[in-house]
Amino acid sequence: MGTKAFQKIYTKIENITKATVTLRATGVTNDELATVGGKLAQVVKLNGDQVTLQVFAGTENIATNSEVVFRGEPPTLRVSDELAGRFFNAYGDPIYGGPSVEGEVREIGGPTVNPYKRIQPSELIATGIAGIDLNNTIVTGQKIPFFADPDQPYNQVMAMVALRAKADKIILGGMGLTNDDFLFFKNIFENAGALDRIVSFVNTTENPPVERLLVPDMALTAAEYFAVDKGEKVLVLLTDMTLYSDALAIVSNRMDQIPSKDSMPGSLYSDLAKIYEKAVQLPNGGSITIIAVTTLSGGDITHAVPDNTGYITEGQLFLRTDSDTGKVIVDPFRSLSRLKQLVIGKKTREDHPQVMNAAVRLYADAANAKTKLENGFDLTDYDERALAFAKDYSEKLLAIDVNIDIEEMLNEAWYLFGKYFTPAEVAIKDEFVQRYGRFRA
Amino acid sequence: MKTTGQITGITANLVTVKANGPVGQNEICHVLLGDLRVMAEVIKVIGEKVYIQVFDSTRGMKVGDNVEFEGHLLEVTLGPGILSRNYDGMQNDLAEMDDLFITRGSATAPLDFESKWDFFPLAQIGDKVGAGDWLGEVTEKWIRHKIMVPFAMKGAYTVKSVVKEGNYKITDTVAVLADVQGKEHNVTMVQKWPAKLAIGAYKEKPRPYRIMETGVRAIDTFNPIADGGTGFIPGPFGAGKTVLQHAISKQADADVIIMIACGERANEVVEIFAEFPHLDDPRTGYKLMERTTIICNTSNMPVAAREASVYTGMTLGEYYRAMGLKVLILADSTSRWAQALREMSNRLEELPGQDAFPMDLPAIISNFYARAGHVHLNNGATGSVTFIGTVSPAGGNLKEPVTESTKKAARCFYALSQQRADSKRYPAIDPLDSYSKYLEYPEIRNFLDETVEPDWVDTVLRGKTLVLRGKEAYEQINILGDDGVPIDYHDRYWKSELIDFVFLQQDAFDAIDANTSIERQRFMFKMILAICDRRFAYAGFEDCSVFFKGLINLFKQMNYSAFESEKYYDYKRQIDEMVAAQEAK
Repeated sequence: MGTKAFQKIYTKIENITKATVTLRATGVTNDELATVGGKLAQVVKLNGDQVTLQVFAGTENIATNSEVVFRGEPPTLRVSDELAGRFFNAYGDPIYGGPSVEGEVREIGGPTVNPYKRIQPSELIATGIAGIDLNNTIVTGQKIPFFADPDQPYNQVMAMVALRAKADKIILGGMGLTNDDFLFFKNIFENAGALDRIVSFVNTTENPPVERLLVPDMALTAAEYFAVDKGEKVLVLLTDMTLYSDALAIVSNRMDQIPSKDSMPGSLYSDLAKIYEKAVQLPNGGSITIIAVTTLSGGDITHAVPDNTGYITEGQLFLRTDSDTGKVIVDPFRSLSRLKQLVIGKKTREDHPQVMNAAVRLYADAANAKTKLENGFDLTDYDERALAFAKDYSEKLLAIDVNIDIEEMLNEAWYLFGKYFTPAEVAIKDEFVQRYGRFRA
Repeated sequence: MKTTGQITGITANLVTVKANGPVGQNEICHVLLGDLRVMAEVIKVIGEKVYIQVFDSTRGMKVGDNVEFEGHLLEVTLGPGILSRNYDGMQNDLAEMDDLFITRGSATAPLDFESKWDFFPLAQIGDKVGAGDWLGEVTEKWIRHKIMVPFAMKGAYTVKSVVKEGNYKITDTVAVLADVQGKEHNVTMVQKWPAKLAIGAYKEKPRPYRIMETGVRAIDTFNPIADGGTGFIPGPFGAGKTVLQHAISKQADADVIIMIACGERANEVVEIFAEFPHLDDPRTGYKLMERTTIICNTSNMPVAAREASVYTGMTLGEYYRAMGLKVLILADSTSRWAQALREMSNRLEELPGQDAFPMDLPAIISNFYARAGHVHLNNGATGSVTFIGTVSPAGGNLKEPVTESTKKAARCFYALSQQRADSKRYPAIDPLDSYSKYLEYPEIRNFLDETVEPDWVDTVLRGKTLVLRGKEAYEQINILGDDGVPIDYHDRYWKSELIDFVFLQQDAFDAIDANTSIERQRFMFKMILAICDRRFAYAGFEDCSVFFKGLINLFKQMNYSAFESEKYYDYKRQIDEMVAAQEAK
């Protein structure tokens, strides 16, 4: 970040707000970086010779005579294989010491992949978790968040999925991560012997919030290097996108923009889409899959952040604790993987779609029976059987500590259908019942 | 000489320019950035200050950069070769771009100006013609693509000459027309038209009088859309908007399909790119892609171009309508377009309306929907543009401004319900909240009387009433308990479930069930209603539910069997037996 000799130094700042400074300068380009009193900043508005800069680390301690030096380029990252196994801050500088990464300089937040050049995702990512593999199958090139309340073990589940997913590279983008959670990720990857496959860009709660805005673009620029240049399967973990959105709201508020729903900027949808749409299946076999976390407040998915996210991502995964079994499960009702249709029954066994739907429907019948029970009504024989089925289904399939392959999941489901129901109650295509059914004669 | 100017300010993609000459509202201009020409549109002029929205990233632009004004609005290029192309919102052909990434300022030609077409003349020397009249035709895929008097040529003309049948490039002159002053005008096979203006080259736009089949039972029977009609599909995320739109695009009884992917996921468009070239259009035997044009402005592509994408798609639709064709336009999602308007209105520091949307949002939406319609062309032929847009209401709340504004403009309302989606009842079109105003049109009633069967609309309404009664009975059962209500309530509830499971629910991923002809819909619906009309005696409410669950299972197997096949009739026989047995109890 050294100052070059010929660069002009400005020392007269006109306005200072909590996140921005304004000064008069000429020849400045939109989006370029600068340092303001040694802190990194980016041009966000030009009006005649008035330049407004957003200071990532906040403007504390910046004086009207602080030095402003323009760097003439937007934020960049040096990319090469040296990124692997390293930990970086939001600016792409190594933490934990070590040499700087040598490599090609790339602008972050670069252009879009031409949709026509994309390949339809069709390779499933097996996680061993039936709530995902059976009910909400994930494929490479997909983008899917966990919608979770802050007390749920989303980071643990995400780390488990990442390690089982057999990705060539895992890129962790941590935004507002507590130091404890960051160390959790670091340890679990270290213990799994996977550190050489991991690249981390981390903004913890100890760092200024506005810095977070750089993290997804840094992580995805690194991901594009491995996926596009090297043809690797890259899994990007972004946690937590709600805290990222909060940083967007802070900046837009400081810039006097009119907020839309829930005090979020009107451009929230586009801002989030720009990140998530970097998920891609490439013609060279490389791919970027994004698994993110959007924390909810009190399970409210109508809040602007989860709501806009839901419209952008290809489904969402909900975790909840099942009261019957006491286990954490992937909620079969509210979770959805939109891209599962591309693989289920095609890359997996032919009966997969119908078995999945039947099981969820029967589980829903159990939920209704439970409501009846709670309201003090008598249960029918069918209700009783549905409730017994639900308990088994939850324990043997939905619980996240179950780790089996998809064929076993399907067989288990048929076994449970046969144990509790008649073929007419399950209502699956006759030919599948004959081929895979385990009903008593 | 072109007006030019210099940039004076930049906020995101809103740029202010000081111009040295006249500038028109909505005029197109280019920001010159080294060798790059980045397209923009004038959206406001205040004194010397011209506000432009740039259709791409403004990264690296600076105060003092040059801008060139083009003197025309955003135009769509019209001519043979549009079908099966994949355009972005500005009509660049995405398939023609070389790089993996769309680099800024990359532009490709909307049409192939080199290849030749077999032109066949339709007009004769001495014919009196006006804008939109047919001069000749070429064969584009399986469509007789008409070469018309350009829509921009106002007034009356006389045909001076038409080239004879033969092979021509689209830029070759194919006809010479003389205006009333005798001045001659050369006409080629390609013309341009401003995207935001409606093409009006037709005699009249009567009320729609026939329906467009989509193969989706919850639409065709319950709430049909008219050929030349308008409809919209609001629904929270995960309710199946896109799957439903894709089903309609595959199955609809239209000559040309324009799909506008507006601010949505790229993988959804990839699905069309991947599937449509391989799927057959059952009516023509050609591939589905050959009747389809895609306008693709996905959510990560420039926001300002989203607005352009819906207008570009509509203009292409109107162009094919003027050839006497049935065009279906699907836009997913119009909310993203409204959001693009909101972002810009916000940067312009306009006083916001509800939810920070611009005040004129309802007017913009209704003007756009008004461009659809069934028309009688000057030569007596008919053509239509049917428009179905999706709406993505924030938080699934249908009281938000985009849904409300669209409700005033569109005649069919297909409300996707979260509750139905959660219980996997797809398509999640709510049978009671949704409506089609066309069922009230006497013209449509007559059409259905003749093409389906007499008094069909009354039959449909009877089915709707059964669903409503079933829902009421279900609420009572839930409050009072299975034992607390007369058995009649269970009967009513299960009859509505029969209609729901067998008729309203449809498996979009099963080759047979996905697409149901209107003939098959009539057969199934009558068969279900006949059962609903019967009175059965049950041993108890459990007997009732076992009976109907058995029926539903058999009907579902019937839905999976080819129409009028042996298996189909075998399941029908089993159903009849089951009904007879229950009746004998």
